[in-house]
Amino acid sequence: MALLEVRDLDVRFALRQGEVRALRDVNFTLDRGERLGIVGESGAGKSVVAFSLLNLIARPGHIAGGSIRFDGQELTGLGERGLRRIRGNRISMIFQDPLMTLNPVLSIGEQMVECLKAHRRISRREARTVALHKLQQVQIPSPATRLDQYPHELSGGMRQRVIIAIALLLDPDIIIADEPTTALDVTIQAEIMALLRELCEKHNVGLILITHDLGVVSQVTQRMLVMYAGRVIEQGPTREIINDPQHPYTQGLMNALPQMATPGSHLNQIRGSMPSLSQLPPGCAFHPRCDFMHRADGSARHACAERVPDFVASGNCRVACHMVAEMLALDARPAEEEAR
Amino acid sequence: MTTLTEAQAQHVASPGSPPPLLEVRGLRKRFSLSGDFLDQLRFKGGRLVRHREFVHAINGVDLAIQRGEALCVVGESGCGKSTVARTVMGLISPSAGEIRYAGERIDRLSPKALLPYRKRMQMIFQNPYASLNPRMTIQQTLEEPIRLHHPDWDRRRVRDKVTEVMAAVGIEPDWGGRFGHEFSGGQRQRIAIARALAVDPEFIVADEPISALDVSIQAQVLNLLMDAQRERDLTYLFITHDLAVVEHFGTRVAVMYLGTVCEVATTATLFATPRHPYTQALLSAIPRLEDDRPQPIRLTGEVPTPVNLPSGCVFHGRCPHAEPRCRREVPVLRPQADGSRVACHAVEEGRL
Amino acid sequence: MTTSTPAASRWQRLRDSYLLYSFKRDWGAQLCLAILLALVTMALLAPWLAPTDPYDLAQIDILNSELPPFWIDGADTRYALGTDAQGRDLWSIILYGTRVSLLIGFGAVLLQALLGVVFGLLAGYLGGRIDAFLMRLADIQLSFSTLMVAIVVGAVVKATLGGGFYSNHAVLMLILIIGLAEWPQYARTVRASVLGEKRKEYVDAAKVMGLGSRRIMFRHVLPNTLTPIFVISTVQVANAIISEAALSFLGLGMPETHPSLGSLIKAGFDYLQSGSWWITLVPGAVLVVLVLSINLLGDWLRDVMNPRLYKG
Repeated sequence: MALLEVRDLDVRFALRQGEVRALRDVNFTLDRGERLGIVGESGAGKSVVAFSLLNLIARPGHIAGGSIRFDGQELTGLGERGLRRIRGNRISMIFQDPLMTLNPVLSIGEQMVECLKAHRRISRREARTVALHKLQQVQIPSPATRLDQYPHELSGGMRQRVIIAIALLLDPDIIIADEPTTALDVTIQAEIMALLRELCEKHNVGLILITHDLGVVSQVTQRMLVMYAGRVIEQGPTREIINDPQHPYTQGLMNALPQMATPGSHLNQIRGSMPSLSQLPPGCAFHPRCDFMHRADGSARHACAERVPDFVASGNCRVACHMVAEMLALDARPAEEEAR
Repeated sequence: MTTLTEAQAQHVASPGSPPPLLEVRGLRKRFSLSGDFLDQLRFKGGRLVRHREFVHAINGVDLAIQRGEALCVVGESGCGKSTVARTVMGLISPSAGEIRYAGERIDRLSPKALLPYRKRMQMIFQNPYASLNPRMTIQQTLEEPIRLHHPDWDRRRVRDKVTEVMAAVGIEPDWGGRFGHEFSGGQRQRIAIARALAVDPEFIVADEPISALDVSIQAQVLNLLMDAQRERDLTYLFITHDLAVVEHFGTRVAVMYLGTVCEVATTATLFATPRHPYTQALLSAIPRLEDDRPQPIRLTGEVPTPVNLPSGCVFHGRCPHAEPRCRREVPVLRPQADGSRVACHAVEEGRL
Repeated sequence: MTTSTPAASRWQRLRDSYLLYSFKRDWGAQLCLAILLALVTMALLAPWLAPTDPYDLAQIDILNSELPPFWIDGADTRYALGTDAQGRDLWSIILYGTRVSLLIGFGAVLLQALLGVVFGLLAGYLGGRIDAFLMRLADIQLSFSTLMVAIVVGAVVKATLGGGFYSNHAVLMLILIIGLAEWPQYARTVRASVLGEKRKEYVDAAKVMGLGSRRIMFRHVLPNTLTPIFVISTVQVANAIISEAALSFLGLGMPETHPSLGSLIKAGFDYLQSGSWWITLVPGAVLVVLVLSINLLGDWLRDVMNPRLYKG
């Protein structure tokens, strides 16, 4: 059984304009030690997934349905006390802005000791030793002196390393990293990502990496989800999706990258922009921007504008797209006839 | 004259080439960190001394931009690339050095004398959420520069011009009465580009124009900028941290580190054969989609603060090829056989 | 591109705004606004609402002095709220007094805002020496209380132009005094938000365009600092009305022949012991209700317009 199993997750926000469905029909699993990427543009709902896993959705949002099972335990109905035993302890989070997580008036060492003592029966001295050990694991130069430093004395890259050390402090089963390197420079980002990947491999920790950067996902994760307007539209092994994306949105996203085009040529842009969650178009949310809305003979693909597509299996991937479903059906027919 | 600056040397080297549209020589900018005079007084050894600290944002930058090209300045945060852009546009006055536009010095002009240049040079900003005045409609935003630079135009002509630039950047003509906050980031950036194009400039400084946007929108805006260049014969100074964008967009690239230019080359040359160790590390760190790429070059250490600049080569603390000379002596940009210019002792000595 | 909807009109924008939305849900704010509007209307319509003209000596009869309000024995039906020590109808004189108080309150705030906005804008946008000079000036101004300004200005005016001039132009003098004494509040608020706006890229964009400093300051920066100006204005009006009342109570404000709420309270104060409490307490109650409703409205406005609570 998978370590983490998310079924039909449905998150809603009660806003002035009415109820907005921030997430719908989100399904995925994470095995022990597996690295999963969640990719999407801003507003796709990828951060909402991260927050809802630990039930950190603040009002006016709430989990309206679905289940999140972690190690056999259901998390959605769990009370604050039960969640606290899991948060930080068995599932820890890394945020984009390290300064949001670090308390500016406490030294790094104090924060790490506090965190350990909150979850474990451990003496101050032992806790300090554990903290030092974790700082060594994240390859911080001169870790002993860092323990007594304050967050503002560290550079951005260093702070993010400290955050990773804190995330590892209680030997969690899963680390959720929400855009952990977006605020950092490329060279630092490469280091942090390599470090995160190494640590997860070495300690058999599951990783959920949330990012907008397809390159990062491709480098770090084994499986990935692509999200659009609050839904997962494609999921499967990272390499297969990167090498052969099925969903028109994933294709468009990848082809829009400058590294995919000949220098100086026109980039393949996706027209328009993501709809706001309160004004989703009917049917497939992507259809107004989709190049395949019109068939080769010029007729419109009515299903796209009318029905929300179901997932179809394509190889090891699952794709929610009418066009892909039609193509698969066409491919399958001769095989069926042969079988007859 | 005993020492030629790099820009002059280049000039001498190629007398046949046309003069650059924009030329920056020996540009330096430092920002005071120490407040006003009273804040600077300190007691030291029983005496009152004036203590001042500076951020050395740019330390001697030479750049020349030829008409029609897109020069990309690339580097990580704090390398001074945005300061270069803002100094060129006269938003910051340089501490030393000179800026020439079409041969004329523009860094010491009065606002009035600068006005004709404002029409020829325009700027596009990073954050489309802050670069449009929230209290002005799109129509007002776009009309303002036209009215300023063409005081003799009548209402009709101004309106026609606004309609023209709106069409050029692909925004609907009936958006004019609405305010910036009603639009998405990509649409706002289009409006900001329209504002820059409204006075028909020939030179545009773009300071990270796509880094605040989503991937699918980045492509739209890059395409728009490239179309505008083709149709309007524009010259760009393009500031970015994203090397993938540079490879696609740039004619030439200048790589900056800690306020100095460490390598200048044509885009093709730079991406095929990066010479400076920093450029190499930067290139290897781009997260690529392919899985068979080599491991990124891991740099050790941290970027030093621009307050206390390291001695010698600014990169020596993180450079895998640093030698004692690098700690002592500041390298200068030297022309290479492939036409690029690199500021590195190791390259000069043939070690790299 | 996106579906193009026509631009919303000003009225539509107001109707869809968060301001109106939260106003509709806050009965406290509605009540305060209703009371304030009622008081302002009453003050504006004083000449038509008041049964007598308290400024007209011919209509005053000293024999009618100290008549109690209607719910007390011995009241005269002609004077619903009773009369004061000079025999003036209290209802009429409160209407006129509120008018004077509101006039001074709004007038002083207008002057404060004018001075404060211009100085704050210059200090914040131009910075450097101008900033240092103007802000030190504000500090000095703040170290004088309104009372001291009133005494000094009063003394100077009386000495040079005569006491008659001062009491003839008391409204103008009070506007001047309260306006001069409290402009630094505005200057500081405006300066702080100008410093915030100045860093935004639309100001850089305006500079790159070639616009002059004056146009950038007034056309681009100022409209974006209006929200905090609006918010502190409510509190400042309440403060100015209180200041005026305090000055009048001390005899530095409106003369008794042309009373404001403050001078009415003072005039009645001497009769508080002799049992004619209404002469002081009724105008006092009006003053409290007026100031309270303005302040509560200001609090609500600050909560609603606080950009940290509502991003839009």
